[in-house]
Amino acid sequence: MNLPPIAPHNPWMATATRKRRHVLDLDDFAEQEILDVLDAAVSMKEILGRSVPQVPILRGKTMANIFYEESTRTRLSFELAARTLSASVMNMTAKGSSVEKGESLIDTIRTIQALGADIIVMRHGESGAPYLAAQHFKGSIINAGDGRHAHPSQALLDLFTIREHLGQLKDLHVVIAGDVLHSRVARSDIWGMLRCGMRVTLCAPSTLIGDMQMWKASHPGLRISYDLDALLPHTDVLMGLRLQKERMQAGLLPALREYSTYFGISAERLDHLPKHAIVMHPGPMNEGVEIMPEAADSPRSVIETQVTNGVAIRMALLYRLSGETQA
Amino acid sequence: MKTLITNGIIIDPDTRQMGVGSVLVENGSITARFDGQLPADASVRTAPGTTVIDASHKLISPGLIDLHVHLREPGEEHKETIATGTRAAAAGGFTVVACMPNTRPAIDSVATIQHITNAAARANNAEVLPIAAATVGRSGKELSPMRELVEAGAIGFSDDGTPVSDPAVMRNVFEYIKMLGVPYFGHCEDMVLSKGWGMHEGAVSNRLGLPGYPSAAEEVGIARDIALAELTNSRLHVCHVSTAGGVALIRAAKERGVKVSGEACPHHIVLSDRWVLGWLDEQANAENEPGISLNATTRPPYDTSTRVSPPLRSEADAEAVLQGLLDGTLDFVATDHAPHSRVDKEVEYRLAMAGITGIETALASMLMLVNRGQMNLIDLIVKMTDEPAKFLGRGSTALRVGARADITVIDPQMVWTVEAEKLFSKGKNTPLLGQKMRGKAVLTMYKGHITHHE
Repeated sequence: MNLPPIAPHNPWMATATRKRRHVLDLDDFAEQEILDVLDAAVSMKEILGRSVPQVPILRGKTMANIFYEESTRTRLSFELAARTLSASVMNMTAKGSSVEKGESLIDTIRTIQALGADIIVMRHGESGAPYLAAQHFKGSIINAGDGRHAHPSQALLDLFTIREHLGQLKDLHVVIAGDVLHSRVARSDIWGMLRCGMRVTLCAPSTLIGDMQMWKASHPGLRISYDLDALLPHTDVLMGLRLQKERMQAGLLPALREYSTYFGISAERLDHLPKHAIVMHPGPMNEGVEIMPEAADSPRSVIETQVTNGVAIRMALLYRLSGETQA
Repeated sequence: MKTLITNGIIIDPDTRQMGVGSVLVENGSITARFDGQLPADASVRTAPGTTVIDASHKLISPGLIDLHVHLREPGEEHKETIATGTRAAAAGGFTVVACMPNTRPAIDSVATIQHITNAAARANNAEVLPIAAATVGRSGKELSPMRELVEAGAIGFSDDGTPVSDPAVMRNVFEYIKMLGVPYFGHCEDMVLSKGWGMHEGAVSNRLGLPGYPSAAEEVGIARDIALAELTNSRLHVCHVSTAGGVALIRAAKERGVKVSGEACPHHIVLSDRWVLGWLDEQANAENEPGISLNATTRPPYDTSTRVSPPLRSEADAEAVLQGLLDGTLDFVATDHAPHSRVDKEVEYRLAMAGITGIETALASMLMLVNRGQMNLIDLIVKMTDEPAKFLGRGSTALRVGARADITVIDPQMVWTVEAEKLFSKGKNTPLLGQKMRGKAVLTMYKGHITHHE
């Protein structure tokens, strides 16, 4: 697909001779590296299925979760991934920590480093915050979501789930329906999906997409549509995104009802999908807004599987960054 | 005590001539000028008490003028002081600067003007021309005592980065300054449209997930202020024009006779929003050929030294700003030198204070355009000397007998590296750190005394 080449001067990405240092987004992952992570996650998922799901691969390593925004699934998923690999886990949330006393991000990172963390898993409301952290941390940073920018482990688990259910990635058509303009999940998914040869269409009201040329400049192959119903018969993967109610207050939408009518993932819409098509959602869902409960619970829905697969993907990432040998 | 600067290429911005010559400086003024090669045995060289400075192969320019700097004093002396800021100006080749009123307190009283004038006189590095606040405390409500402020030395008014939002108040400002004959320096921005911005709105902001500052937010501000200047027949100077649309608005307004002028900042011409991508930019130039190109891949993504207001815009905008400067739509070059401390910048991108410290890199940045053949050397010097002088209502800066001895000797071939520890400014916040540049002011003279020499 028409994707820009990976910028060659990034000192943090993997090269033929160098291990990857940080996982900040998928824009610096080549297709082969993505597939390597997915393959490793297959083994990790097998470990999770054992009666005693624990292996000593990361014994002696410490992972710190530092979350500046609330999160349930991502934080617990990383924690479970680390424990399964026998790593120690530190948890820090901004609420109730020295962050509330005005500690800067850099000072927090240095403190976590002094406490012995090898890997920091970080969620932050500001786009780019993990890139700042990465400049001040000797270990590795995994971006668990930064502002509107990126959420690479979510994108990888999405790819893993698609491949698991549909047997391939190349040439499949994904429709990402919802608030892509404000979505870090969409941004990382787009990089990963296009790199793996998938076709991607964004579908949302124009206020939640923004200028098409802004997207096409980074992703010439990306398609944009305002007509979800027209896309459905040609869709292999239908992914919904959370619609925050604040968007309506900000004047980006007339009413949630109008949104649901034209863009909501309803049971009726699922009937127009090809038989094999699956429905995804990164969570947390606003049921009744961007996705109806009947659709979320339908046999096509792989939303819960996404959560389970998230642990395997995060194990694969932790292993890739801190394992003694390359996965 | 006499200083003789010999055998440099003297640039006269008024006649647009360049030729080898020498100038003699005495008691703060130019007392003699010798055109052509000055012989080694010329008696003027050996007159008692004469210091001879050889300027062969160098350019002798009138002292450069920068009508947009932030000196941070009073109130934010940890970022810059009048002494350090003017010392940096001297290192950049400037002998006259105009400072913005976003100090603490704002420059809205005669006492604050006097503080600045006194501190500038003590430092004696450059002439400092205060731009005063148009409204008290830059709050956009009550007019400041503008007539008193002009009598105390203010050269114009601005509410700087918090533009007057109420158009009726803005109209009154324009009406009032008409009586005083001074311009309003507009930081033109619709702050509702730009609310929460991280960087220029475009492909890069979308990729990086940063809230955008659309070009339209600047253009709406420019259009409003042009309309009000036109209504009141008063003077508007548009600061740091950064968008193609902004240049077009000013061009059209000038054509119909509105009293509007504009300035261009070096960073809006030689950099673009792609610099925020840092080494993630797969199209970035990675060669730093001094005087020709910059290596845009040396810095990480989201480097806060690239955050400035108005933001670094698209490459097409940068090209339009340069065109505006070349065709006279934009009258002169100004740096918007905006020093910040480390704590202001070592934070998440959107939370970082906006501003680039630029007074020491401006000349080399602009000379890059000359080296690339995008701009003529004389045009550049005119845009950094006579054009801002004309804007101030002054005569030509040309180095003729009787003129004030504000002189900048430029070595156009000198290759140097922008290093934090070597910058005289307290602010090290520039994306050019580490870049090799070609061309530098090697001697700056203000009122006949040397303020910078290397």
